[in-house]
Amino acid sequence: MSKINFLKPNKDNLTTFLYIGSFLFVISVIDVFLNSFFSVNITGFLPSSLSFIIPIILGFIGLYFIRIEHSGYKFLDQVNKNINTNNFNAILSLLIIFIIIKSTPPILSWFLVDASFAGDSKDVCSGTGACWTYIKVWFRRFMYGMYPNAEQWRINLSFVALALLGSVGYFATEKYKKYLTLYYVIIYPFIAFLFIFFFISGGPIFFDFSYGIIAAVISIIIGFFIPSKFKFYYFIFVPITLYIVLKYFVFYEELIELGKLDGLNWVETGAWGGLSLTFIISFFCLIFCFPIGMAFALGRRSDFPLIRYISIGFIEFWRGVPLITVLFMSAVMFPMFLPADFFIDKLVRCIIAISLFEAAYVAEVIRGGLQALPRGQYEAAKSLGMGYWRMHIFVILPQALKLVIPGIANTFLALVKDTPLIFVVGLLEIVGMLNLAKTNPKWLGFAMEGYVFAAIIFWIICYAMSKYSYNLEQKYKTER
Amino acid sequence: MDLKLQKIIPQLITVLVVVLVFGFFTYNAQINMENRGIDFGYGFLSQESSFDVQFSLIEYDGSHSYFRAYLVGLLNTILVSVIGIIFATVLGVIVGVARLSPNYLINQFAAFYVEFFRNIPLLLQIFFWYFAALRALPLPQDADAILGVFYLTIKGLYVPAFIWENLNVFLYSLIAAIVAIVVIRIHARKVQETQGKQLPVFWIAIGLIFILPLLSFLIGGVSLSFEIPKLKQLATTSFIYEGGLSLPPELIALTLSLALYTATFIAECVRAGIQGVGKGQKEAAASIGLNPNQVLKLVVMPQALRIIIPPTTNQYLNLTKNSSLAAAIAYPDLVLVFAGTALMQTGKAIEIVSITMLTYLSLSISISILMNWYNKKIAIKEK
Repeated sequence: MSKINFLKPNKDNLTTFLYIGSFLFVISVIDVFLNSFFSVNITGFLPSSLSFIIPIILGFIGLYFIRIEHSGYKFLDQVNKNINTNNFNAILSLLIIFIIIKSTPPILSWFLVDASFAGDSKDVCSGTGACWTYIKVWFRRFMYGMYPNAEQWRINLSFVALALLGSVGYFATEKYKKYLTLYYVIIYPFIAFLFIFFFISGGPIFFDFSYGIIAAVISIIIGFFIPSKFKFYYFIFVPITLYIVLKYFVFYEELIELGKLDGLNWVETGAWGGLSLTFIISFFCLIFCFPIGMAFALGRRSDFPLIRYISIGFIEFWRGVPLITVLFMSAVMFPMFLPADFFIDKLVRCIIAISLFEAAYVAEVIRGGLQALPRGQYEAAKSLGMGYWRMHIFVILPQALKLVIPGIANTFLALVKDTPLIFVVGLLEIVGMLNLAKTNPKWLGFAMEGYVFAAIIFWIICYAMSKYSYNLEQKYKTER
Repeated sequence: MDLKLQKIIPQLITVLVVVLVFGFFTYNAQINMENRGIDFGYGFLSQESSFDVQFSLIEYDGSHSYFRAYLVGLLNTILVSVIGIIFATVLGVIVGVARLSPNYLINQFAAFYVEFFRNIPLLLQIFFWYFAALRALPLPQDADAILGVFYLTIKGLYVPAFIWENLNVFLYSLIAAIVAIVVIRIHARKVQETQGKQLPVFWIAIGLIFILPLLSFLIGGVSLSFEIPKLKQLATTSFIYEGGLSLPPELIALTLSLALYTATFIAECVRAGIQGVGKGQKEAAASIGLNPNQVLKLVVMPQALRIIIPPTTNQYLNLTKNSSLAAAIAYPDLVLVFAGTALMQTGKAIEIVSITMLTYLSLSISISILMNWYNKKIAIKEK
């Protein structure tokens, strides 16, 4: 055993340094731990200012002692490499460890230990913890807004049905895979529209829903006999035409009677709200903003100067203004631009405004993808004799869209996070409902619980979306 | 001829559609305004506004014009944006660098911060800070002084105000110091290029920026004193701080949430930028004998900045536009003062909304022009 130099830890006295260092480090952690969990201060005999920084000093000296390179212990080397590379890093690591230990008890006690879950009135919430009873009592309002309690099964049913219909892609066999794009781009949004507009909205117009179903069934049956060459155009035009024909020319009287008989209670869009409204708005804006954005992305790269300038103007205008002013515009300015007897529902105006706004961002993302494609792709497609539309649909867009999946996912994420802004036009989704509930005289003082609850929900949704887009990106990366 | 027609027809149709839509809108707007008895015009801007604004950087009360109200809102928007951009940049750079730290705890902590704040809607964060977190602050009479002079209360943050004498001399000395530093830098570069000698520019610069203003205190007749906020009783239970500067809680909540939210995006830009510089670049720089600081300053940063700046500009723009969420917590920004209160009073929907949108448009465009200029300056000069 050679002479120990405490200023220079080295390998010769490895065990000594290891013991002293880890002892000091463990002591410092235990001190903070006892202090925060059991409010016992083992260094209480020291002056208060000193006892505050003593764990940091002890831990720092401890970490300094065990910072020995190539010690031969795998664990020690790992620790040194990861949290203890130099003095500065050691202090930061210590601070982070202490912050975690210090903040655990108050957070835990607020969230769980002292929180109240039982009961259904404010009286049970007298503790220092969170009042989850508040969330429990207001849960339906936060989820469905002012939608009548008795009718909420309609929202649930619609969402479940749409989720099931949306998952068709996972179960489709090879044979039907080629129709999936068509399904997701045309048919599914159409069904979703029928569901949400006529099922959730309900009322005497419910029979429109049956028109939609009839139109869809008829067109699918006929669709089997259509040559595959025309199938694409067939499914774009025929169902909608059939629907309009049915609605305005056939069965009119009979179905009105039917609709009145079996009609669901009409719920005006002003009563929709809560998380379900967030979903509805995000869903529709997502569907609408994508084709519009694609059109303007192509327009911006068009050879026709006038179309190009119009596209640039559109994109730059929407990208330059905040969404809140766009919603203001849809609320106060847009009605002025329409004929006096022509009324568009608030929710629809909102969806149009957000779709146009996000479309500009989608357009820029897609343009990035279009620009990233090598020119050879365009030239090869042209040399095969493809026209503009064929070239874009079959060659350019499939590749370009694959490139911009992360960007589009980010835009959609931004869209979901932007939905709370609709409070401007008086629609109350979950954050709006929280603000309403917070001012209820019976339930004053629980703003924190509400916001934390909404934050958790949004965080889960957004985090899941970003992880999904990341996976998608990885998947297509390997295929390329 | 045929080909020419093919090129003209689609454009003609598009323009026709656009013109028709706009014409339809204008036509309806005219009829609607006639029906409601509103006339179109910007004359209202010079009328007396007769509403008050809580917080304004310039002198304003109800007797001023609507245009003055517009200026108040615009200045408040710019104030929030500038403060937010400064804090977001500082925080974003720190977090972005921290995410690349070899220290496992630090980079996980940074990653947690980014994932946490990025995935929660900004509006929710603003509400959280304003309605939940800042409401938990003490009342003015219970507040303890931070460092003896700052008071953080439920009614806002009170900080000491500077009281200057001969402020202009101080400013001149500051400008002189900056000019001197620029001149010395140019000179130092010339010396290095011609003689290969390095001057300690950094230390000279630090010295100058401290010494010249200090001299202005000693011989220029500049003096500085602080006005510390003092508690004043208005009624038995109502207290307020007098003197000093007061920052309203709306401003604090807004800048805090804007900075925390935008910093996550800036952090990702910074991380991507630093990661985008090849490892070979650093190794090559080290192998020709540059020290770590020089590697960072001369090799890594110039290349990383090229990747960082364009997306960061976008984030600055987003922050500026997001500052319009101020309306949700009644911070008197452009949207609240002008598109809110002024619109309510005058009913001039088209004029006011269009002015507001144009203002944001020009703010965005000016930031992006500034940043494009900077970006062009540091871009690779290809021959």
